[in-house]
Amino acid sequence: MNKLIGLVIKDILKSKVIIIYTLFLAAFGWSVFSLESSSAKGALSLLNIILLSVPLVSIIFGNIYIYNSREFIELLVSQPIKRSTIWNSIFIALLIAVNLAFLIGIGIPVMIFSSNLIGLSVLLTGLFIGSIFTALALMGSIITKDKARGIGLSIMIWLFLTLIYDGLLLFLMFQFADYPIEKPMALFSSLNPIDLARIQMLLQIDESALMGYTGAIFKKFFGNFYGYIITIVLLMLWVIIPYWISLIKFKKKDL
Amino acid sequence: MIELKEVSKNFGLTHALNNVNLKLGSEQCIGLIGPNACGKTTMIKSILSIVVPTAGDILIDGKSIKNDVSYKSLIGYMPQIGRYPENMSIGQVVDMIKSIRNNEQVLDLELWDAFNLDSMKDKKMHALSGGTIQKVSATIAFMFNPKILILDEPTAGLDPLASEILRDKIKKERNNGKLIIITSHLLNELNDVLSHIVFMEEGKIVFYKDIESLLEETGQPLISKAISYLLKNLKG
Repeated sequence: MNKLIGLVIKDILKSKVIIIYTLFLAAFGWSVFSLESSSAKGALSLLNIILLSVPLVSIIFGNIYIYNSREFIELLVSQPIKRSTIWNSIFIALLIAVNLAFLIGIGIPVMIFSSNLIGLSVLLTGLFIGSIFTALALMGSIITKDKARGIGLSIMIWLFLTLIYDGLLLFLMFQFADYPIEKPMALFSSLNPIDLARIQMLLQIDESALMGYTGAIFKKFFGNFYGYIITIVLLMLWVIIPYWISLIKFKKKDL
Repeated sequence: MIELKEVSKNFGLTHALNNVNLKLGSEQCIGLIGPNACGKTTMIKSILSIVVPTAGDILIDGKSIKNDVSYKSLIGYMPQIGRYPENMSIGQVVDMIKSIRNNEQVLDLELWDAFNLDSMKDKKMHALSGGTIQKVSATIAFMFNPKILILDEPTAGLDPLASEILRDKIKKERNNGKLIIITSHLLNELNDVLSHIVFMEEGKIVFYKDIESLLEETGQPLISKAISYLLKNLKG
């Protein structure tokens, strides 16, 4: 399995997409910190860029990689090697590639300009988001057979979780503003990994007002140690559950 | 060696395989033929569990292949279109398969040498022509001395010299007591290679005959002629 992971990583890292992605992240990382006066502000601006770009690249890159590797996966399946080993190796390799690009692109400037708790939680957020959307990419690519549809589905998932979901939530909040809706709102925002990641970050700093209504409410409910643990556990579930679904489907899939 | 027991496979409403029963022994070279979409590739892929049958069971050396992967080390598979990680070189791909197979036995490098792949081993897969990729696939299929060889359109895309080399290799391995299954539309190329014919149509096996009796029954000199003769008579 280790050898297979190594080979897939080598294959991915040599592709130009992941190199361009790293450079893109690095450009943002360095320029944001040079533009903003305080490192906390820089970290927050960076967070917003991360929450938009990392999910999009992770989910589409993962998706395209799986589709382009179809025949290769078929070849591996014809060898004496378990399907779960193949799928695990590909997942781990994609995780390493996407997160390595992030750590090189964003990690280095963050460590230089903002090497504190805030900087660390920006990095943690980016790593979680990259992993979650890689898992979602695997799930999407196993559900649809067609490459174009798979990419379409990926973009839909990205659009829904980054923009539409928060919009819907905000709409509901204003509609039901007269009722005690804080608890259901906290629950709903915990169902979206982007919101969760943002909350995880918010719990580190006291700038919840900057980060939208959902974040403010969540902070009220989970702004303590247990809240922090819960967000981390939920983020982990967001990686594990989509991946687990994709693994079960892959084991029975006709290639 | 390979036994299919009432194997069916449905893709939605189409029956790609419809209650197929088949028993293939060693020292045979089977030509698996039939019109497009008759279930040939589905059958091959079911044997390799690339496709999971809807019903029925497949036995290799008497053991069911369900929930087992070890039997695949008995099989060498050459896909119709081999696709490999683009950035890997030929040498890396071969090394990877070697490490997956993880066996200690002496490798069969006859095709590797005959196709002169050693001189190209540092070339990346994306820079290779279709024919060269076929050569790599063939080399990998034969490399581990498998008891069973499954070749999907092996000579398509190969130049005459290379396909001659591959045919000689197939004959040699057949005489070594192996079971070889070939799907091909280029029947005349395989005249002196095949020992049996399995003819499929609409997911069912129409007949399974050895070449001599096939030619004798139909009174034709060539396999392709014999089959078109049989088909006309079957229909009529």
